[in-house]
Amino acid sequence: MSSYTQKKSFGAIVWDYITTVDHKKLAIMYLLAGTLFFAIAGFEALLMRIQLMKPNNDFVSAGFFNELLTMHGTTMLFLAATPLLFAFMNMLVPLQIGARDVAFPFLNSLGFWLFFLGAVFLHLSFFMGGAPDAGWTSYASLSLYSPGHGIDFYVLGLQISGAGTLISGINFIVTIITMRAPGMTFMRMPLFTWTAMISSALILFAFPPLTIGLLMMLFDRMFGGNFFDHTMGGNTVIWEHLFWIFGHPEVYILVLPAFGLFSEIIPTFSRKRLFGYSSMVFATILIGFLGFMVWAHHMFTTGLGPTANAIFAVATMAIGVPTGMKVFNWILTIWGGSIKVTTPMLYALGFIPSFVAGGVTGVMQAAAPLDYQLHDSYFIVAHFHYVIVGGIVTALFGSAHFYWPIFFNRMLNETLGKITFWVFFIGFHLTFFIQHFLGLMGMPRRVFTYMEGQGWDNFNLISTIGALMMGVGVILLVINCLLSIKGEPAGRDPWGDGRTLEWSIPQPIPFYNFRQTPLVRGLDTWWIEKQEGNTEVTFAEPVGDVHMPNNSAIPVVISLGMFIAAFGALYNPDADKPWSIYILIIGLAITFGAMLTRSLKDDHGFHLHKEDILEIEEHLYGKGGNK
Amino acid sequence: MMKGLKKWRLFSLLAVMMVFLSGCGEDYLSTLKPSGEVGKQQLNLLLMTTIIMTIVVVVVSVIYLLAFVKYRRSKVGENVIPKQVEGSHTLEVIWTVIPIILLLIISVPVVITTYKFADVAAMDEVDAEGNKTALTVNVTAKLYWWEFEYPNQGIITAQELVVPTGEKVYFNLKAADVKHSFWIPAVGGKMDTNVENLNKFYLEFDKESKDLKDGVFYGKCAELCGPSHALMDFKVKALSPEAFDAWVASMKATEGQVADKNAVDLGEKTFANNCLSCHAVSGVGGPGVGPNLTAFGDRNRVAGFLEHNEENLKAWIKNPAEFKPGNLMMKQDGSEPIYGQLTDEEIDALATYIMSLSVEK
Repeated sequence: MSSYTQKKSFGAIVWDYITTVDHKKLAIMYLLAGTLFFAIAGFEALLMRIQLMKPNNDFVSAGFFNELLTMHGTTMLFLAATPLLFAFMNMLVPLQIGARDVAFPFLNSLGFWLFFLGAVFLHLSFFMGGAPDAGWTSYASLSLYSPGHGIDFYVLGLQISGAGTLISGINFIVTIITMRAPGMTFMRMPLFTWTAMISSALILFAFPPLTIGLLMMLFDRMFGGNFFDHTMGGNTVIWEHLFWIFGHPEVYILVLPAFGLFSEIIPTFSRKRLFGYSSMVFATILIGFLGFMVWAHHMFTTGLGPTANAIFAVATMAIGVPTGMKVFNWILTIWGGSIKVTTPMLYALGFIPSFVAGGVTGVMQAAAPLDYQLHDSYFIVAHFHYVIVGGIVTALFGSAHFYWPIFFNRMLNETLGKITFWVFFIGFHLTFFIQHFLGLMGMPRRVFTYMEGQGWDNFNLISTIGALMMGVGVILLVINCLLSIKGEPAGRDPWGDGRTLEWSIPQPIPFYNFRQTPLVRGLDTWWIEKQEGNTEVTFAEPVGDVHMPNNSAIPVVISLGMFIAAFGALYNPDADKPWSIYILIIGLAITFGAMLTRSLKDDHGFHLHKEDILEIEEHLYGKGGNK
Repeated sequence: MMKGLKKWRLFSLLAVMMVFLSGCGEDYLSTLKPSGEVGKQQLNLLLMTTIIMTIVVVVVSVIYLLAFVKYRRSKVGENVIPKQVEGSHTLEVIWTVIPIILLLIISVPVVITTYKFADVAAMDEVDAEGNKTALTVNVTAKLYWWEFEYPNQGIITAQELVVPTGEKVYFNLKAADVKHSFWIPAVGGKMDTNVENLNKFYLEFDKESKDLKDGVFYGKCAELCGPSHALMDFKVKALSPEAFDAWVASMKATEGQVADKNAVDLGEKTFANNCLSCHAVSGVGGPGVGPNLTAFGDRNRVAGFLEHNEENLKAWIKNPAEFKPGNLMMKQDGSEPIYGQLTDEEIDALATYIMSLSVEK
């Protein structure tokens, strides 16, 4: 028995996960971490909805409410949606393009640990003197005015986790460009891989402005820099620009992979190839490009003047065109297909009308003069939740059901899945549909309470009931996930209609993914092979030695150094904490020491020999079986 | 599945009905019942875009439901492999061109109104004697209250904006501390009050506010500005032009008015000793540290949101932080108001005195 097939102790498994560079294990870690933060942010939302259930409620205080709304938005976008999508990107991209891992497995691990420790750092603020309270946008005048260390937690936490996101984005781009299996041309890539690549490209261009903005904010708060202090010649509108130059593409960073996930689910359960594949690719690129041209529509009321407003209004509306192309292509994929309503398909079917509803309200807000009424009211709250919950969260939940067998070789319960969908879906529309009208009836967003007699009482109560239903839906989904532990192994291609390479791999997936690199002969490789009666994909090479990367603890150490240094930076402006500078130095020393170790010590990985592979496969699939 | 779909449709129908049943909100607050030209044009844009977008949603939903109903596996047959269609150029062109046309239709009024709403050239127009012809109000947003200065009339007030009906009222908007946003939903869309520059726009008030439930339009702060953002309300009195002129005259008549430190009245004396350094009681003058209280007795609310009575005023004076957390009437450490703890007797007299400050009675 070789070391690959031995049973490991619990401690060894934990150590293996901490030091792993395997994209599948990192995907599972992203999934777990993302779910944790999703649950936290969802809980924060429920607290807010309970506070707003009735007028003049005193369930939470005004200051704490502002912390809740800030952390809800920040966590959901940076620490829940992003890692959950990264979970799918990490798991699926190498499998879909026929690669044994990502291009830079070490960086993949580093990206995860930076994200995770940055997120933990940000959340520690709740226990260390108060969370950030200036909104997820953290507009400069308010965030500079905000007392305590909340905003410092925001700046440092996002800086660290943002670095992780940027590293991961670069990794995906390189992986997709360089690691495709023979025959996998760009126009044969599954659409999810396409959207992962475009989304990573958006990360590459969108995160630097945020990094700069956060750095300037850090200087303002730590060293009395005056970038945003207008009394010293600074300018707060610059923060708005920097934030939204990042912030608007961020929406597309999240929604494009969600589109990609649906573009996998819909063809699978329609038994039909994606309609208009090349125009879907084109639309993805166009949305990504236009996403950078429209940031000022978040600032129509800032006073940029009519010319800027008019240009950005028209540019924003233009995004509706490629998005519409996508919606029609999905519908035409269904048209003439053979639709099987499984839980993932149910989410996809629910997604189309919900997302269209969110999209059209986006066009309404693009109309600048109309936006003067809608901006910062509950209408915009309704709009972006329709897009984010209706578009991204449905994609995540549907894909959790769809790809659970790829992640864990288990299926989620279909009946419970469908119940979850209906509870969540009805709750979602109940919560947010009504909020459009609250906004039109004059209710500003981000209010911790409201007085009676403004005509908002009933709608707010309905909205809260819907939010509680969404909460029940999420709990049901988590129960479903936990129940699957005891389930039967799902096996290869458990849905029966899998189309892309990831479904062709025998389950459980060995750590090297592909014994032999597959040869890709067209779009939907696995479907083509199955149609030709093959039970195995065509291989591009004979069974041979496989080169794999070594595990490494260095990414954790690098990230931990940053985590420690952040506390030093956080307390540095306080006069009564002279020790903080030493913490900062120690933290940075750990980080740079670990980086130096990485640079000086060569790590060439290892070769997995043919005999080991055969032994592993025999261990996984039984003698001679299921190759 | 179909049962589920029906349920969903029933639910959306219910939601729509509920909206109709509850009307469109209150006429002093709702953007759906505008009382001004700007708000009306914005409502028209809302209706136009809603109609076009509803058509889009309906068309998409119909095609989608049709596809869904026709091509379910139970109908198509379990083992049928559908034709693997690659795409269609004709269809792609259709669903690219039609949205472009719809968006072009929308963008024409959008661009026109954008420029129209930004036209504040009339602010600088003067008559033969060199007086400004248009009414301008300088709005300064402060942590958590609003100051309204009428530069051409030389008067100033706070928390309740008073405007005439039937003419364009121009606004210079600025924030004194952090960014806020000036919004009167029932009259027209908002504009931010930035800390570093002056934003300008105009609104029109078509309807006098005296017939409304509280006799005022509701104004809101629409930009998160701290713990009491939700409570940073103001009110708007829209008067007939004659009544407005009369109000301006009576405000001007308060020139030089002060509280006397040696007054017999305990309220006035307490005010003079503890409050006057921040709160003026004359409507003529410049910006103050705290809200100008000249017309306090005429106001509709205490602190912008509490019912206007002496009990609330007393409670406010006793502990302002209880009502508006983070407001600047408290000492930095939040221990007590900046004027210290007053005795109950002083507070009672003070409330009576402040309530008596009026230009309309």
